[in-house]
Formats: sequence, C-alpha cells, structure tokens
Amino acid sequence: MDLNDIWSTVFSFQDYAEILPLVTNSLIAGALLGLVGGMIGIFVMLRDMAFAVHGIAELSFAGAAFALLIGANVVFGSLVGSILAALVLGMMGAAAKDRNSIIGVLMPFGLGLGILFLALYEGRSANKFGLLTGQIVAVDTVQLGLLAVCSVVVLIALVAMWRPLTFISVDPAVATARGIPAAKLSVAFMVVLGLAVALSIQVVGSLLVLSLLITPAAAAMRITANPAATVSLSVLFAMTSVVGGILLALAGSLPISPYVTTISFLIYVICRLIAWRRDRVRHIETAALAA
Amino acid sequence: METANAVAEPVVRLRNASLRFGDRLLWEGLDLDIQPGEFLAVLGPNGSGKTTMLKTLLGLQQLSGGSVEVAGKPATRGSRLVGSIPQQRPFAENTPLRARDLVALGIDGHKWGIRLKHKAMRQRVDGLLELVGATAYADRPVGVLSGGEQQRLRAAQALADNPRLLLCDEPLLSLDLHHQQAISGLIHRQACDRGAAVVFVTHEINPILQYVDRVLYLAGGRFHVGTPAEVMRSEVLSELYGSPIEVFESNGRIVVVGMPETVNHAHPQEGA
Repeated sequence: MDLNDIWSTVFSFQDYAEILPLVTNSLIAGALLGLVGGMIGIFVMLRDMAFAVHGIAELSFAGAAFALLIGANVVFGSLVGSILAALVLGMMGAAAKDRNSIIGVLMPFGLGLGILFLALYEGRSANKFGLLTGQIVAVDTVQLGLLAVCSVVVLIALVAMWRPLTFISVDPAVATARGIPAAKLSVAFMVVLGLAVALSIQVVGSLLVLSLLITPAAAAMRITANPAATVSLSVLFAMTSVVGGILLALAGSLPISPYVTTISFLIYVICRLIAWRRDRVRHIETAALAA
Repeated sequence: METANAVAEPVVRLRNASLRFGDRLLWEGLDLDIQPGEFLAVLGPNGSGKTTMLKTLLGLQQLSGGSVEVAGKPATRGSRLVGSIPQQRPFAENTPLRARDLVALGIDGHKWGIRLKHKAMRQRVDGLLELVGATAYADRPVGVLSGGEQQRLRAAQALADNPRLLLCDEPLLSLDLHHQQAISGLIHRQACDRGAAVVFVTHEINPILQYVDRVLYLAGGRFHVGTPAEVMRSEVLSELYGSPIEVFESNGRIVVVGMPETVNHAHPQEGA
C-alpha cells in the first residue's frame, strides 16, 4: 500500500452525497453526545477524574461485550457495566487517593472480562472491534432512541446539580461549611458520569472515551476562566469533534474514532497555543509596566 | 431563657460541652457565651480540637455531651446565620472561575439548578467585592490570584449574608505579614463592627492581638478562657501543657517559649 492508497482510504469523497442521508441518525446521536461530553467534561476536569473515566469505560466495555455474547442490546450492556463501576467507585473511593487505587484494580479486571467475552463470541469480528474503538455509523433507530433518552437524563441531572456540584468540586472547604452534602453529590455525579461514559463508548469506543469527556473541556479551560464561556466552548469543541469526525469518516473506509480523536486533539493543541501566546503577551506587558 | 439582664443574647452558647473521639478527650465541661461583636481567638496545639470546635458550630460535628446553640437555636448544618473563612489553599491554575464567580458561589452555590438572575447577582457581587477591596481583580481567574487576594474573596463569600457568626479557620496561614494585617483588619471591621461574633482559630495570636477580646486556649483535654492578658501567662500555659512554658511580652507582641510540639503524643494530627 503506497501513500496514495492510504490517502484514498482516509479521504475519498466519491459517493459522499448518497451516503450522507444514511447517517442522519448517527449525526443526531453524535451531536447529542457532543453536548453531553462537553458539559460533563468540565466536572471531570474540576474533580480530577480522568482516570475514573477510563476505569468506568473498561467495565462498560466488559458489560457491552457480555451483551454481545448473549445476544442482548449492546448499549444496554455497556450502560449496566458503567453504572455498576460508577457505583462501586462512588461508594468506595471518596478520596482521590483511594479512588485511583480502586480504579487501578478494577480496570484490568474489566478489560480482561471483556476480552474473555469477545473471545467466546463467534459473530462478526467488526462488532468486537467496534466496542473498543467505536461503532456509531451503525446506530439504528432503536439505539438512537435509547441514546437520546439517556443523554437527556444526563443533561437534566447535570443542570439540576450544576451549582452545588461546581461549588463542592472547586471549593470543598467552604461548600461543606455551607452544608452541601458532599458524599451524596459525589455518588450522584458518579452515576451520571457512568451514563455519560456508556453513551460516549457508542461513538468512540471504550479505549478513546477520554477524547470526548476530557479533551474538549481541557481545551476550553485553557483559554477562558469565564464559567459560561468554558461550558459553551467545551460543548462546541466536543460537538465539532464528533460530528466532524462522522462526516470525515464517511469519506474514507475507516472507523470514525481516529477522526474524532484527531479533531479533538487538534482543537486542544490550538487552544494551548492561544493560551501560550496570550500569557506571553501578558508577561511582556507586565514586564514593560514594571520597567 | 436568661435574657433578663442588659446583655444582648449571646450569638454562641456552649453548655457543659464535651467532645471525644473514642478514648481521646478533646475537651469537656466547656461553658462559653460569645457576645455579638466579640472577637474570640481559639488557640492550642495541633490535635487539641480547634477545627473540630468550628465544625460543631457549623453543625457538621455532634458534641459528645452538652449543648451548642447559635443565635438561640441548636447549631444546624447549612445555617445562613454562620459564615466561614477557611485556610488559604491554592486553586488549580486552570479553574474555570473568575474572582466574581467564586464570590457568587458563596452566595448561591448551595442552590439547585443553574443561576437565572444574573443581573441582580452581578450587583450584589460587585458590592461585596468593593467591601473587601477586591474590585481591581474581579474578572481575573481565581487560579492566578495570590493568597492574600484569595482570602479577600473568602471574606466576601463569608460576609455575603451578613452572618451573626463568622468562623475563621487559620485564614492567615501562608500569607505574608502585610496581607495578614489587611485580612485580619478586614474581618474585624466588617464583622465585629456590624455586631457579628468572630471565632478565629489560629496558632499565632500576634497578627490579631489588637482585635482579640477573649482567648479560648485548648490543650491536652483542658481549656482556659479569658482576655489575652489573663490567658497568655506563663502559669496558665504551663498548667495547660503540663510543662514549664514562659510567656514574654515585647513591643506589644506575645512570645511563647518552651512550647512542646504537641501535648497529645498519641494523635499528632488535627482531629477530623
């Protein structure tokens, strides 16, 4: 395979107009997941839970693989796996230190279980690979319904606990003194996070969930400290990554996840560059003022 | 009720209060009234229950015995009558909050949902920022603020509801001398002068000495209450610590010599 072949595998816009209507469902699902990922990503960053997201994703993968094996609904399977993992983490690992060791223990166990289930599965191998690296192009109307309902649940829950969750995440001492129930909010957030992870897995697969739940929020937080702007940008970045990734993937014959992760990574790099430039200008100005 | 005399009803009323964790006694038999406008400093070694005292006043920690009332009612969690200022602790550099957003969280961060009344909140926050002298950096990210700037915002949060009681947990720790003076002066001016009582936990009395009305000194399961001149004496501290301690006064500062690292050797950490 020479470079030209690789290029035409990655990008080929023949038949684009005919394919596009076939993926309307996937685009809607992608936009919803962008909204969910962009919003919850802010809290994942605030609460320093990137590793937890990864751990939940592996158990979600195990759940999905089990569902595939027994012929059940894969989205449902990954939801069950994720929420179980989130509950265990929420109950056992209140302190970040405990949490990380518990995740470190759970994650390989989940991944191992998932591989076991996949090894036992005798169906199409594309299905197997899809769980790890994403499969949204195959979203049918039933799955879209389930995804949409879960997304709406996550969004409502996030909006409902927005202020106290922000407060307890950035400023635990004052928030606790104010009487905010830290432990209950923490468990509630873990469950919501579990849902969001299970949803994201449907797009980018369990190995690449962080590109949807961390990268957009991290990028937004690089360039602004205004809370409203941070959320808006994070959602915009996540949606651009998913929807853009799906549209580009149609042009090639590859899974969508590399497109999604690349767009999301590029956005992050650009945001870092903007922040770096801005800080440098600020630094020079301060130095000039001091001189 | 014992409000017949001319003294206003105390903001805090502790009666025969005791606190123990397992077989470890923090304090017992504590009777204490704190009056409106009074500035009470709480001193003592690590593990003597200073922070736990604040938690009981916040309703986050139950007493083992006795009673605690705030403004005539048992201390309850989340009371709007109580404001609190914690130790300075740096925020992550990329925390998505500006100075004004932190203050706003102090006002309505306990409410469910997202904020809807932005205009009213903005006015209120602007007023508070001005009160504590933080207007100049209202729109800067909290992650880049200095410790002193941050503690001014803490004061703004704590003063938002005109609390009857202001609890301060080592708010001057890790601040330089200039900011220690500015913050303690601010707390005194904005709280005591408005009739709120201040309970100020500290391990260093000098930065606040000029404001302190009374000292509660906790050590080794015992305590002593009185004016700084009554408590900060060689005999009193020697008796509390059970070892010889000398207290000198020089240039309006109190110097304590011979302080043991901790009196509670089994539990050197501050109580939970």
